[in-house]
This record gives sequence, structure tokens and C-alpha cells, in this order.
Amino acid sequence: MTTPHVPLLRIEGLRVSIGEREVLRGIDLTIDHGETHVLLGPNGGGKTTLLNALLGMPGYEITAGSIHFDGRDLLELTIDERARIGIGIAFQRPPSVRGITLRTMMRLAAGGEIDDARLHEIASSLDVVRMLDRDVNAGFSGGEAKRAEMAQLIAQEPVLALFDEPESGVDLENIAVVGAAMQRLLKGEKASDPKRSGLIITHTGHILEYVNADVGHVLYDGRLACAGNPRDLVAEIGEQGFEKCVECVLCER
Amino acid sequence: MRALENPTPAQAARLAEIEAAALAAVDRPAALGPDIDITRFKTVSEHDRVGSIESIERQIRETALMSGFTSDESERSASYFQLDRTPIYERVMAAFDGQVEVMSTEDALRAYPDEMLDKWFWRAVDPGKDKYTALVALHWTEGYFIRVKAGARVDKPIQACLFVSESNVSQNVHNIIVIEDGATANVITGCNIHTDVKEGLHAGISEFYVGKGAHLTFSMVHNWADEFSVRPRTGVVIEEDGTYVNNYVLLKPVKSLQAFPVAKCVGARSRAVFNSIVYGIGDSVIDLGSETQLIGEGSRSEAVARTVSKDRSVVYSRGRLVGKTDLCKAHLDCRGIVASRESTQWAIPDLVSEGAPGAELSHEAAISPIAQDGVYYLMSRGVPEDEAVSLITRGFVNIEIPGLPDALRRQIDRAIEETSADAM
Repeated sequence: MTTPHVPLLRIEGLRVSIGEREVLRGIDLTIDHGETHVLLGPNGGGKTTLLNALLGMPGYEITAGSIHFDGRDLLELTIDERARIGIGIAFQRPPSVRGITLRTMMRLAAGGEIDDARLHEIASSLDVVRMLDRDVNAGFSGGEAKRAEMAQLIAQEPVLALFDEPESGVDLENIAVVGAAMQRLLKGEKASDPKRSGLIITHTGHILEYVNADVGHVLYDGRLACAGNPRDLVAEIGEQGFEKCVECVLCER
Repeated sequence: MRALENPTPAQAARLAEIEAAALAAVDRPAALGPDIDITRFKTVSEHDRVGSIESIERQIRETALMSGFTSDESERSASYFQLDRTPIYERVMAAFDGQVEVMSTEDALRAYPDEMLDKWFWRAVDPGKDKYTALVALHWTEGYFIRVKAGARVDKPIQACLFVSESNVSQNVHNIIVIEDGATANVITGCNIHTDVKEGLHAGISEFYVGKGAHLTFSMVHNWADEFSVRPRTGVVIEEDGTYVNNYVLLKPVKSLQAFPVAKCVGARSRAVFNSIVYGIGDSVIDLGSETQLIGEGSRSEAVARTVSKDRSVVYSRGRLVGKTDLCKAHLDCRGIVASRESTQWAIPDLVSEGAPGAELSHEAAISPIAQDGVYYLMSRGVPEDEAVSLITRGFVNIEIPGLPDALRRQIDRAIEETSADAM
């Protein structure tokens, strides 16, 4: 008898409310080892809520369903415990924290186990060396904040990396730097490197020009409306808009 | 006043003037802070002098180290150690001979009576200000005199420790620092009490004179106890192109502490900087501030205060900038975290422009909780909640203090770490 396959992340029937309002109304999503998924959808559709529920942020009440990560019940774990078992995130708008430098954040993300050479290498690849000893995110431009988020995520080496709107509010040059770093983190430097899993939230889909994603989903009105080839979905949404897209035949598969 | 045995008529007249001003103030409560019945305390005792720091009792040395006073004199240019009322040790390292002078204020008065009385002794602080200045003027128990000669660049810190080893006493010290024109010095002062001491009073007069183009960084770490009261009175005079930097750190409980040092930027382009880190712990009542008077054209000042109040502590964080000339510029930045529902914190910035329409004075004052989004942010990187709160609190108080010696920086870091870990 073979042991049944346990996917890395399995979300089943997930319903999430913020206060009185139900934002996610029954989400089923499975992400396997080495897969990168993309979550498309209009603003207010629940994309960020799904990430916050995965992280365990307060204020997001799980009213039904389950989330399992590597076979463990994620809902029983605190935010920091989830991070330590391998869930990492690049926030869309990270807060600035007075007195805590980017260098400290990278060390914390790495669980203290990072040498200066490696830290510096990561920082140079994202062009954040000169920000290392500044208070994290304090006075950072949009692009700098995104690059700093990526530097922390790479230092953490998560099993599953979550990206919240990695291209929002940044210029093309920064999208390219961030996108390349995402690609390296998820797919490795060489073909033989192990792959990590990823879940990318994007409103525009621009980031897909830099990152190879395996599966795309449209989150619309609190439900996953369809799944398909990410580039096809982006093209379809570009032509039809989200509303038409969720009705289209592609998604009926 | 017993200081001079055979004063000249002019000297005697000045001493009588000081005494009269003090006598008129013996019952005058301070403008700020809880009133203290000072008649309860007797003055501190005499001790034997020692030949080296090493021969000071180990526990006293270890306590002094907490505020930056080290036995390793290779790291220091000069040392002064006062135990209760006796200066038991003073030494200038050979490399700084002729550049630095260190002695008790009483010895300095005997050695340079005219200079002291004319220029420094009770010239920056008024002996008749309140009962605490009067106490020191009338029942003076030494204190240090430090002079750095013109042009000397003293790159290693000068250290001074004022230590109280008895209970129910008052230590009434009078300290004078003179940094002559073009000289640079870094003075670290620790005020400590023996771990056995519970109740007592430290009244300290400090008069600092920063000459033309001179630079004084004065760092003070206070270690008191639950029943100990502290009333420092400080006046600083800064001449043309001179800079005074005051770093103050209080991380231990105290019964009550009230201090409001006044810096007068009299010279053109002179500058005063105050940095303070204050933890209110237990039932401490702390009323701390600073005033800078911008008198010389182009004078500047910055005051940065970080306060954390815990337990049942009451903390006042004050700051006053007085612009008395056009072309002066000053900023206050006081921020507090109230870490307990039983504690109270006041932030009182105060800006005054006196006949100086060109004065540019500003302040930022804030009292706020530890930002939850910051805590969650750290947690999302794998840091447990209590550790995240402690890290953020530490980051909040750990302001950049330029000119702080590394050793003291490390001690402050360690103390903040311990305090944060204990209290959170």
C-alpha cells in the first residue's frame, strides 16, 4: 500500500469574515510542492483576505473550512509558528517599524541563521545594501519597500512564499528586479535546484512577464471562479474584464 | 561655608552672597516634582582614600560599572570616584597629563579661588533657586572639578562616579566641568547606590562651561532604588561655536527624580543637544526635561526624549526651547510608550520666542501604544509575540546617540534588553 499523497497546502471550504461581513465564501485550493499559483481578481474580491487568513492575522475570522499545510492544521498555529514552519510573505504595504533595521528584519526572518556574507549577497541582488541599517520601511519608496520585502523573504527561505500585489505602485525597473528575485526564489538558480511553492496575488498580471506560474485562479465575489493557464486568464481578463471572464468557458474545465 | 580658610575680602563677600541666597531658599520647594522633607537625612560619611580603583570594594565597583565606570583605566583619560562624601580616588592618565585636571570641587576652590568664584562656582546655577540648591550650598559634600585645557583633544572618556553606600543620607555634590576654548572631551558620569541602600537623597549641582569652539559630550547613567530621591540642578553655558551634548539614561526605579537642566547657548553658532532614555518602573515618579536658551546668533538645539512607563510609574517628559535671537533654530522630539494601565505619562513641549521673530522652533510630541501592525509584521517573520513587543520597545528607546563610547553603548543596550525582558 502506498501512502496517500499529501499536498503542501490544502484549503477546503474556507469561509472568512471580517466583522459582520463574509468576505470569503467557500474556497477550495490545493498547492503542491514546487507549484506556483496565481490569484487574479478585482479589488475587494477577497485576495488579500485569503493571504491574511493563511498568515493567521487577527481580525480575520474563520467561520468554516480548514487549511492544512504539509498535513498540519494551520488554524491551530500562531502567526510566528506558521512563519517558522515555512510560510513566508512579501507584503503589499509593509508597516515601518522605528528602531528595527532592515538588517535586523532579514536576520529575524532567517531565524538568526544567516552569515553576513549571505545577507550582503541577498541585499546586493535586490539593491538594498544602502538601506540595511535604516529603520525598515521608514521613508522607503514603493520600489524600495518591495525590494526590502523580497530581501527578507529570500533570507527566510520559505517553503511556501506568498506575494501580495508585488507589482503595485512600482515602476517597470523595480518590477523587473522584484520579478527576477521571485523567479529565482521559486524556481531556483539552476534547473536542478529544488523548487519552492508560491501563491501570487496580482490585480494586473504584469508580474507574470517575469515569473513562471503554473496555475491561475480568479477570485471573484469571495469564491474561486475558475482555474486555468495563468497567461490565458490574464489575456482573457484583459479583453473581457473580470465579470465576463468568470462566465467564460475556459473556466468550466 | 567652610571652603576657604583665609579668603580675601572680595572672596569672602562672594561666599557670603552665595550663603545668603541659599539661606533665603532653605524652605523653598522646587517648582516641579514632589516635595521632599530634607530634614530627615543626615549628610554622608567620610571614608579612607584608596590607591587604585581595584582596591575599591568589589560590589561597589561592579555597581559602578553598570553606569560606565570601569576599573580598566586604559580605556579612560581620567577618573574620579567619590564614595559618600569623600573623593577616594582621582587620577589623570599619564598620556593626558597637562591636558586634563581632575579634583574635588573643594580642592579646586582652594587651588583657584578667584577663577572659581568669578567664573564658575555658582555662576550657572542659582544657589537660591530652591531648597535643594540651598542644601548643596550650605551642606556641600564635595563633587568633581574637571578642566580640559585649551585645544586639548581628549579622545578617551573621562569617568566620574558618585556613589552612595549608606541609607538615610543625602549626598550634596557640586560638580564643575570647564572645557576651555577649542578643547574636546567626553565625560561619563555614573551615579550609583550600594545595593543595600534603600532610602536617601542625591542633590547634585552641575555647572558646565563649554568654551569657544569646544565640544563636551556628557553622558550620565543613573542607577537608583525604590526609596531614593534625586534632585539634580544643572546649568550649562556654551560659547561661540561650542557644542554641548547631554546623554541621559535612567533604566532603574527611583522614588522620585526631578531635573530640568538649562543650557544657555550664549555664543554665536553654539549648539546644545539633549538625548534621554527613560524607563519608568515600579512606583517611580520622574519629572525630567531640559531647557535651551538660544541667545547667540545662529545657535541651535535638539532635544530627543524616549520614555517608556510601566507599572504604576508617573513620568513627565518636558522640553523647553527659548528663542532669544533671530536666526536660531531648535527642535524637540519627545515620544512615549505607556506600557501599563496603571501608569501615567505627560509630554509637555514648550516653545518660547522672546523678541526674536526669526527664531525657528518646533516640536513633535507623541504618546502612543506599541504599534500592533509592527508586532504582527515581526511575527510574520517568525518572531514570537512577546519577543516582538520587546524588540520594538527596545528599538523605540534605542535612539542614535552620537559620541557615546562603545562600552557605554553596549551597557545601555544590555540594560535596555534586561529591562525590556523583565517588564514585558
